Amino acid sequence: MRQTLRTGAARVMLGLAGSAALATGAIAQEANLVIDGEIEIVTRAPAPDHMENVSEIVSGWEYRSPETQAVQMDDFENPGMIGVDNARADFSAAMGPDGQSCAACHDNPESLEGARAVYPKWDETKGEVQTLEMQVNECVTERAGAEAWNYTGTRMTEMIALISSVSRGLPVNVAIDGPAQPTWEQGKEIYYTRYGQLELACANCHEDNYDNMIRADHLSQGQINGFPTYRLKNGKLNAVHNRFKGCVRDTRAQTFAPGSPEFVALELYVASRGNGLSVEGPSVRN
Amino acid sequence: MSRQFTLAVTVVLISTTVQAEVAPQEVAYGEYGAIDTSLSGAPGDPASGAEIMANRGQGNCVACHAVGALDEVPFHGEVGPPLDGVADRWSEAELRGIVANAKMTFPGTIMPAFYKTTGFIRPGDGFSGKAGTEPLEPLLTAQQIEDVVSYLMTLHEN
Ligand code: HEC
Ligand code: HEC
Repeated sequence: MRQTLRTGAARVMLGLAGSAALATGAIAQEANLVIDGEIEIVTRAPAPDHMENVSEIVSGWEYRSPETQAVQMDDFENPGMIGVDNARADFSAAMGPDGQSCAACHDNPESLEGARAVYPKWDETKGEVQTLEMQVNECVTERAGAEAWNYTGTRMTEMIALISSVSRGLPVNVAIDGPAQPTWEQGKEIYYTRYGQLELACANCHEDNYDNMIRADHLSQGQINGFPTYRLKNGKLNAVHNRFKGCVRDTRAQTFAPGSPEFVALELYVASRGNGLSVEGPSVRN
Repeated sequence: MSRQFTLAVTVVLISTTVQAEVAPQEVAYGEYGAIDTSLSGAPGDPASGAEIMANRGQGNCVACHAVGALDEVPFHGEVGPPLDGVADRWSEAELRGIVANAKMTFPGTIMPAFYKTTGFIRPGDGFSGKAGTEPLEPLLTAQQIEDVVSYLMTLHEN
């Protein structure tokens, strides 16, 4: 039961007008996501070659209600931007024995433009695929000599939101070949494994059933180009591994830990399914 | 020195009287997944079945299926087919098999098995995210399955 309704950006910006039917039905709305009238976000793109069962990739933004969509179109309304501002202050805060800061090496957050789009990525020195969180913690511990930040803690998630925000509009483009390939394959296997007492794989919900309602939830493709997401449901920025954890837990399975090799691999794989969508974080979801 | 080997023979006593309840591991599925007799040994209660189907903590069947007769219950899903008229399409034995373990009827289906307790990958302890120990509690009890089946048997196309 897949229906697509074409609506222009104007319809979305009108917010509530004429949206009663839209809010309840399972309708993917095609609209243009432009943030602050400036940053153009690609929310629909041809699927990358490595995807076998999907021809078009779609941002989770398209499956949210017009009201939720509108919040992300304006940085003053997007509560996730408060976290970005906090991280901006933190960027130049001294840490470690020598009072190092992110700014000591990176000048300003804008200098990290482009980073979000290519992570997770292979790190030659460490000989492993690193997520952006792992990279930040490498800087915090090895370069600044400070204590590692909690992988999904507020400080980390806000910093990731800041680093994402300066890449908004750039196409996600993670590498899946070369030394990263075995990790990518591992992630793919996890994506298609039916975990838990409910025997559900990510693919069951986000590949086979996107655009369908599952009880009150309108299933998206489970893309991660919008992370961290500010969720109206819990009123905070949510880290991608916490979302993975929630989805696995909901299958009545034993989850993997945030930052675990399994979730790092899964993140690389899921990110690659979004190659071609724009970086959107911090996005707004329900 | 001679040794005497004693074989301990385990005698499984099969009761000739009506089985009170069939445990999840002992369910006999037919070739196409049907289960002929009541899992609890008792008839089902359709009113209770309707509640179980709507309750998020129990069957939560409407998460995936729309049921016209339950339209007072909010938010029906569309992951599975609407259940209107199922009693015309399936026998009671077939419906029992589908609810207990739909994968016996539809190989590879997304529908969870409600009367299955072992053979999972990373089974959890409910929705805690922590590891669970098999056999798990089935998602529904034998009687709850019977209640749901008896409700489904009321869903005729009108
Ligand atoms: C003492 C120097 C130093 C400090 C302090 C430091 N970094 Fe870095 N950072 C680097 C260097 C050098 C690289 C590139 C080398 C690499 O990829 O391993 C880097 C890479 C990065 C990257 C990846 C950029 C890319 O394009 O791959 C990110 C993101 C980053 N740092 C964020 C941070 C944050 C956030 C902080 C503070 C919380 C921080 N860094 C602190 C030196 C530092
Ligand atoms: C039982 C169904 C189900 C399964 C299985 C499932 N999810 Fe989800 N997931 C949801 C629902 C419902 C939502 C919220 C609505 C939406 O965005 O799809 C969601 C949301 C997400 C989101 C947020 C998307 C956004 O735009 O904010 C991501 C990412 C995600 N899931 C990834 C996964 C991954 C990875 C797996 C497997 C490890 C998985 N999910 C398994 C139901 C599921």
